[in-house]
Parts: sequence; structure tokens; C-alpha cells
Amino acid sequence: MTRIGSFIGRHLMLTLGLLVLLYMYIPNFIVALMSFNDASESRNLYQFQSFTWDNWLNPCEPMGMCESLRVSISIGLLATIFATILGTLAAFALVRHRFEGRATMNLMIFLPMATPEIVMGSSLLALFVAAGMGGQLGFGTILIAHILFCLSFVVVTVRSRLSGLDSNLEQAAMDLYANEWHAFWRVTFPLVFPGILAAALLSFSLSFDDFIITNLNSGQTVTFPMFVWGAAQRGVPMQVNVIGTVMFLAALAIVIGGEVLNRRRARLQAAK
Amino acid sequence: MEAFQRLLGRNSAYILIGPAALWLGIFFLLPMVSLLTTSLSDPAGSPISGYQLTFRFANYAEAMGDYWTYLVRSLVYAGIATVLCLILGYILAYAIAFKAGRFKTIMLVLVVAPFFTSFLVRTLSWKLILADNGWVVETLKAIHLLPEDGRLLATPFAVIAGLTYNFLPFMILPLYTSLEKIDPRLLQASSDLYANPIQTFLKVTWPLSLPGVVGGTLLTFIPASGDYINASFLGNTNTQMVGNRIQALFTTASDYPHAAALSVILMVLIVAMVLFYVRRAGTEDLL
Repeated sequence: MTRIGSFIGRHLMLTLGLLVLLYMYIPNFIVALMSFNDASESRNLYQFQSFTWDNWLNPCEPMGMCESLRVSISIGLLATIFATILGTLAAFALVRHRFEGRATMNLMIFLPMATPEIVMGSSLLALFVAAGMGGQLGFGTILIAHILFCLSFVVVTVRSRLSGLDSNLEQAAMDLYANEWHAFWRVTFPLVFPGILAAALLSFSLSFDDFIITNLNSGQTVTFPMFVWGAAQRGVPMQVNVIGTVMFLAALAIVIGGEVLNRRRARLQAAK
Repeated sequence: MEAFQRLLGRNSAYILIGPAALWLGIFFLLPMVSLLTTSLSDPAGSPISGYQLTFRFANYAEAMGDYWTYLVRSLVYAGIATVLCLILGYILAYAIAFKAGRFKTIMLVLVVAPFFTSFLVRTLSWKLILADNGWVVETLKAIHLLPEDGRLLATPFAVIAGLTYNFLPFMILPLYTSLEKIDPRLLQASSDLYANPIQTFLKVTWPLSLPGVVGGTLLTFIPASGDYINASFLGNTNTQMVGNRIQALFTTASDYPHAAALSVILMVLIVAMVLFYVRRAGTEDLL
């Protein structure tokens, strides 16, 4: 009995875990597969017809798609820059300082993450309309919204990196006659940087992918998810799957590349 | 951090926190107030001219009367999806934390990676997987799990499956963080004291992973209950969720006061359920 038990403990859980992981990848396989689908002959866009390179060769063929992609990337980059700066500063304050209102601030950071997107989106819309901006919804209002929902995730990510950091290191640097400026930029910042980078990546992907909040506050501006939404009513162009696959591969390359660099640096450090 | 502190002077904390606090105040708290006042305004207005605040509480009664089925459906669908996520997510998080060995980091990366293909595109691909003439449906029919005229797409099953799939990573990451902190020697000690694997799980692993369970279920349930993408792509008119209604009221009907009232009701319901749940689980300090 115990032998069976230990067998279950050792292999079954890992197998089941891998099956769950596989399940999470089914849609990615389908998206990659459909990016090679020749849909020109058929009306049924949800079935694989025949193989073609056309979608990859002419990714911008569907009207408005690459336009929307450009909008999404611009908003994503701007939102990432703003949210990462604001969030990193806030994380430093929350970890390294004791100040009045700190508990309130922690709650304020937490609340947006606990609010359903549809509520956050509609409250922003209510504000914009109340402020008389109902006719000026667009790039600016989307950007404001995206900075807002990225901000909390940046603070949480950077905060967890910072709070695991030994502040004695900085003290040691100053004991060794580094001035404050040097101690910060040569010791603290490099140690926190991976956390900031992770937060920036997370921000970009959140912003790039958001639909619910964006849809309520976009006016006439069309982001990539909104293009997909609109296209879904008529039949999605297969090129959408090309974009999905490229995004996925790029993200995977960035994350795995970062991990490899990290390990190499750690090995070099150990070798020294 | 004394270095940084001295650099900025005595008020450094407020200088650092100021911009973020300002942003959250203007674009999170203020909008909530706006949402409340809109929900109490006269529906006879327009998004361009604005709405008159008349403390019209009837908006709430009307929204509740017209849309309570959507609310109940949202909470039920989100609840079922959360339970399914907990089961699937626990298996994977457990496998990564205790069984993955040196592949831990790679597996964690693989959990997050599907995120980067657009949410909408991935959800649409389920439409293809569950399609009426797809192989999933054909197989289920062949083994008589599904009647001859049965279908998966455009059913509650498809919507719940979509929600489960989409929010699974939100469950796995907090669960993993909790499980990873458990000292494997505790599990060893438990089995040394003649507990079988099931007893060990129930008496040691599960209780120690509770913070992750609570965190994960909240991170899954909250977005799932407000989602309407899955219901739109994978469901039919009888599986619409409250998000569908709120969105339609805002965009197509331009009936902001009722839409806002429905939003407030959803928020209040969620906050009430979360508080109750966190109390019951005895993990208030998580908030």
C-alpha cells in the first residue's frame, strides 16, 4: 500500500500536472495551426481547410488590422513607461519608509486588482462623461485607463523584489565610502532591476491584451483586441492568428532569454 | 535606503508615493464616486450632455428587476469555473512546487507564457475546438457521452470551460507561491509518523496552502464574474452574463444610469462575498 502511495506521490502528480499544462496550450496550438489556414475558399472560418503561407506573407492584408496593432503597441509602450515609473517609486516608498497613510496606500494599491474590469471600465467612463469628455474618448482616455490598471501590478511586483532585499548591502557600500548616489545606482538599483523589468513586461502584456476596460473608453479608436472583437462578428481574418503566434513567440523568447542571461551571469559570478 | 532618503530630504516618502497616489485618487476613487452619482441620476440624459443627479434610487430596483437572472448566472458560472480552476490549478502548482525538480523555472514560465497570445484570439480558438463538427464533439458522440443532436458550443458548458481556461494562471501562481514555501521536511515528518499520503495532504499540505487557495480563488472569481468575452464568443443568448448587459447598456443603449447601477450592484455583491469568504477561511490578514 505504501509503495503504491509513494508511486502515486512521485509520478502521478507530475503526469497530471503536465496534462494540465498541455491543456493550457491547446488554444496556442490551434492559433498557430490556423495561421497557416487557407480560408479564401471557404465560408467556415472555424475549420482548417488547406495549408498556405499567404497569411504569414501578407499579415497586414485585412483592412485596419495593422493600424489597430500600431495603436495597441503605442498605448502599451506609453502605459508601461508611465506605470513602471509611478509604480516603482511607490514601491520604494512602501517598502523603505514608514509614513502616515501607508496602510491606506497599501489598500489603494490592492483595490484596483480586486475590482472587476467591467466595474473599473464603467466607473472611468462615468467620470469622463461627468467631466464633459464624453465626446473626446479615444487614445488619451485609453492610456489613462491602462496606466491605472497596470500601476497596481507594478507596485506589487517591484515591492516583492524590494522587500526581499537586504538593506545592509547599501549600508556596506556607504561604509566603503560610496556616496549616496553611488550606493543607490551601483548597489540597490541593479538588484531591483529584474523586478522592474518583470513589472514592465507584465504591464505591456496587460495593456496590449485589455479589451473590457478599453472597449468602454475608446470612442472611435480601435486597438488590436477591439479589432478582433469587431472581426469576430463577421468572421476573423486568419492573419489575426499570425499576430497571436508572433506575440507568443516573442514573449517566450524574451522570458527564456532573460532566464538564460540570468543563469549565465550567476555562473560567471560563481566562477569569479 | 537611508541613502535615498537623505537624497530627497525629510518628505521623501511623500514625494515617491505622491504621483501614484494622485493617479489612483483621480482615476480610481473619483470614478467610483462618479459611478455612484451616475447610478442615482435621471436616465433622461445623454452621454454628451451629461446626466442630472436626482437621487433616483428606482434605477437600482429597475436594474435588479430586469437583470437579476444575469447577476445570478454570472456568480454561478464564475463560482463553478473557480472550483474547476482550483482543482486543475492545485494539481499543476503542486507538481511544479514538489515534483518538477530542476524544471521548476521552465514550468513556471510555461504557465505564464500562453498569456501573451491575445486573450480574445485564444478564446476564439475554443470556438473551433468545441465546434459542432469538430473532433471533440464527434468523439463524445461516438462514445455516447453526448446525444446525436447534442452540441458543446453555445452552451453553458462552453462558457464555463472558457472561463476556467482563461483564468487558470491566476489560480496557479498564488497557489504555487504558497506551496513553494512549505518545508518538504514537514511532509517527511508526517509520513514518518505513519500518516498516509492522503492524511498528509489533508492535515499538512492543504492547511499550509490556504493563503494561496484564498488568494487564487479571489483572483479567479472576481475577474470571471465580470467577464463577458467568454459568454459572447462561446455562449448563446441564454448564457449571457452581467458584463454583457452592463456593456450593452453603456454602448448600444446609452442608458448610463441603469448601467452604472448594475455595475455598483455587481461590485457590492463581490465585496460582500469576498469579505464573507475571507472571514470564513480565517485569512483576514491577507487583505
